[in-house]
Amino acid sequence: MSETSSVTVHAPGLAHHFDSYEQQKETSLLGMWLFLVQEVMFFGGLFVTYVYYRSLYPHAFNVGARELDVLWGTVNTGVLLLSSFTMVVAVMGAKHGSRGGLLAGLWGTIGFGLLFLGIKYVEYSSKWEHQLVPGLNFDWHGEAARGIEIFFSLYFGMTGMHALHMVVGIAIMFFMLRPAARGKWTPENHNFVEGFGLYWHFVDIVWIFLFPFLYLIGLASE
Amino acid sequence: MSEHSSSLMPYVLVLVGLLALTALTVLVALVDFGHPWSDAVALAIALSKASLVVLFFMHVKGSTPLIKLAAAGGFFWMLIFFAFILSDVLERTTLVSGWE
Repeated sequence: MSETSSVTVHAPGLAHHFDSYEQQKETSLLGMWLFLVQEVMFFGGLFVTYVYYRSLYPHAFNVGARELDVLWGTVNTGVLLLSSFTMVVAVMGAKHGSRGGLLAGLWGTIGFGLLFLGIKYVEYSSKWEHQLVPGLNFDWHGEAARGIEIFFSLYFGMTGMHALHMVVGIAIMFFMLRPAARGKWTPENHNFVEGFGLYWHFVDIVWIFLFPFLYLIGLASE
Repeated sequence: MSEHSSSLMPYVLVLVGLLALTALTVLVALVDFGHPWSDAVALAIALSKASLVVLFFMHVKGSTPLIKLAAAGGFFWMLIFFAFILSDVLERTTLVSGWE
């Protein structure tokens, strides 16, 4: 396309239906935020279910929570917060045209994400051995058994859905490595990286609420 | 924390704050404040951590009004959801206690 043509010359990385990089970026990020609001509604349903059953079985939930490992839960919270930080490094690398920064951030986030899932696997294995997996392998007798079974149903439902989001996120990051190395994302348009970062931070936020209400309840009173 | 800053330092501070709040929420869980104050303290700390992530890691601070509206909308929706479920369970617990 000639510079003298009356037709607007497309800037690199700017789709033809946008007037400016700013408009393109806001459109892209708004779409991601609306997706996350939908995710808030999805996880919100799980949290409200938790509130409801906990109000019915407050004692059983406290007893059930004592079967979880506070140390692993705390360590994993730290691991996930570190993964959010490395995600910030990745977005900042893309924003400043640093492929090294972007790749280091992605690899760091993948690493911490896999570490989180590894620890989760250790925890799930222990619950299986202690026969605390409702529907598959659950054996608890006593007056609080029903409430404890519901607690563990919610534990596996909520942490499982959270872990699934991480698996999806880690898979997407593996697909991001090649384009990142080839310089697909520029300071003008790295909206995909920034949008993915929002998703990863959202998953972190879900865990921030899961951790105290699954692992720490009843720590002082039971 | 300007949008064009290239320094990671502010984010390191946010990370340190998040890790410190994680330690704090574990420590206060060892103290029995009684029902419902232990939950209220845990919720307050979790909301503080979530706010740090939303404002700084997710760059809502310094974003456009439209993005802020979407983020606030998600939060406001959760408030409505919890207000209604709590208005139910807080009234209903006495009626169904002993229901097994």
